[in-house]
Amino acid sequence: MSMYFTKEHEWVRIDGTQATVGISEHAAHELGDITFVELPQMGKIVKQFDTLAGIESVKAASDIYAPISGKVVQVNDKLEDAPELVNESAEDAGWICRLEASDLAEAGALMNAAAYAEFLNGLE
Amino acid sequence: MLAVIGAASVEELFSPIPQGLRAKSFELPAGISEFELMAVMRAKAAGGGAGIVPFIGGGLYDHIIPAAVDHLSGRAEFYTAYTPYQPECSQGTLQALYEYQTAICRLTGMEVSNASLYDGGSAVAESALMALRVTGRNAIILDASVNPLHREVVRGYLAGLSAELAEVAPDGCDSDLARLIGSITQETAAVVVQNPNFFGSVADFSALAEKAHQQGALLIVSSYPIALGMVKSPGEMGADIAVGDGQSLGNTLSFGGPYFGYIAARKRYIRNLPGRIVGETADKEGRRGYVLTLQAREQHIKRQKATSNICSNQSLCALRGLIFAAALGKQGFEELACLNFDKAQYAKQLLSGIKGVRVLNAGGTFNEFTLALPKGAADVVARILGSGVAAGVPLGAYYPELSDAMVVTVTEKRSRAEIDALSTLLEEALWN
Repeated sequence: MSMYFTKEHEWVRIDGTQATVGISEHAAHELGDITFVELPQMGKIVKQFDTLAGIESVKAASDIYAPISGKVVQVNDKLEDAPELVNESAEDAGWICRLEASDLAEAGALMNAAAYAEFLNGLE
Repeated sequence: MLAVIGAASVEELFSPIPQGLRAKSFELPAGISEFELMAVMRAKAAGGGAGIVPFIGGGLYDHIIPAAVDHLSGRAEFYTAYTPYQPECSQGTLQALYEYQTAICRLTGMEVSNASLYDGGSAVAESALMALRVTGRNAIILDASVNPLHREVVRGYLAGLSAELAEVAPDGCDSDLARLIGSITQETAAVVVQNPNFFGSVADFSALAEKAHQQGALLIVSSYPIALGMVKSPGEMGADIAVGDGQSLGNTLSFGGPYFGYIAARKRYIRNLPGRIVGETADKEGRRGYVLTLQAREQHIKRQKATSNICSNQSLCALRGLIFAAALGKQGFEELACLNFDKAQYAKQLLSGIKGVRVLNAGGTFNEFTLALPKGAADVVARILGSGVAAGVPLGAYYPELSDAMVVTVTEKRSRAEIDALSTLLEEALWN
């Protein structure tokens, strides 16, 4: 199982052809208290870097982009009533949805954890 | 003033507006004083439709307006400029809108309401757009016994989208429940019905709600608010979105408005509700206060991805609606509805006793009903109008197959003498 990050601060954890998607701890921290996660429709088909979902916090309303192409096969329903899960556990229990990935080679365009940490350093 | 803005004449000032869209003449004498103008306008106001006894409804109704409505809504604190939403200086307006939302929820049996829309037609259209967003589907089924003017607005709103709109013809003057249910597919976002419908027929859409939900579709019910004092509410029927025109709640009939529309829904759909929403909160000292809430839906935040492109509402008209509802209270509202029903029942029996006249509504009605006449309804209505009574809405313009029928409305304001006079005039118009 390997985890990658995007420049837009999404993460994707790939297990076989299943890709779990969320936003990074850095992003959750920057957004502040999350008040709403607009989950994608089940069955929605997205291309890499297309808009996948939406997220609202006390500070901003933002889009969440697909780190990888695929079809939405599961959404984290818990976020409907507990969007704060994203703040509490952005890279685990606060996952947003699972995609059936259509092209795993796309992960080559993403950063691994070390590269993302370096990318964040560069932002500061 | 013309010199300051650089226009040579009033004509030049208005020149960007195409001739065809401009009033040909206001028929006013040139260069008269304010006093003289007032006299001219008073004379105009006293002519034409003034003094006509209306038995016409069809979406907009002649109801009592308690004096408190004009008095309170005319107060300077409310009677104010556009967008009074800053919480630090508009607590009164925000609280009134919050209470308006509460009143609409109680009336419709829904959980959340916005702070109002423009009118009934735009409310129906916005509810259709909302259903498309909620379901991610593409098709709307519209009962053809929904107000024809509202259906026209829905068509206008959907014209630029790829959404499919299918209309289901009524069975006579009643909604065809079997065909509505049969039309629902896995592509259907919502079924839109009206209660009472344009012909005045009252129906229970509970079974339709259930069938729609089984297929993942929503039920939208457009209601005449005064009828909700008596008939089953959209919420009780299991509807997902309730809409309607709010004019009958404390707003005067005027030529085209302003009126207001209402829209309310199940709480789970609040993120997709269009327009402004006022919420209750607490200030830093824990005191109750009111603010606009859930603004991330709106275009000033989400831009093209907004679920709402309406930034204003009809605050003042909605406020009148609230004052009206509060002045009547729950019991007063129920009594008002009963009075409408009773008077309309009296008229229905009396008028259907006239030779050649029959009621077309198969089921129950509220304060409107449709009569079939032995000759063209438009001519009959025009003839009776000469005696100072507007007998009904002739249906031919909207439903060509019903050109011999008209919808008669009897509100609480119509007296027994007026109803009896209508009966006499109708009989004369038909048989003399």
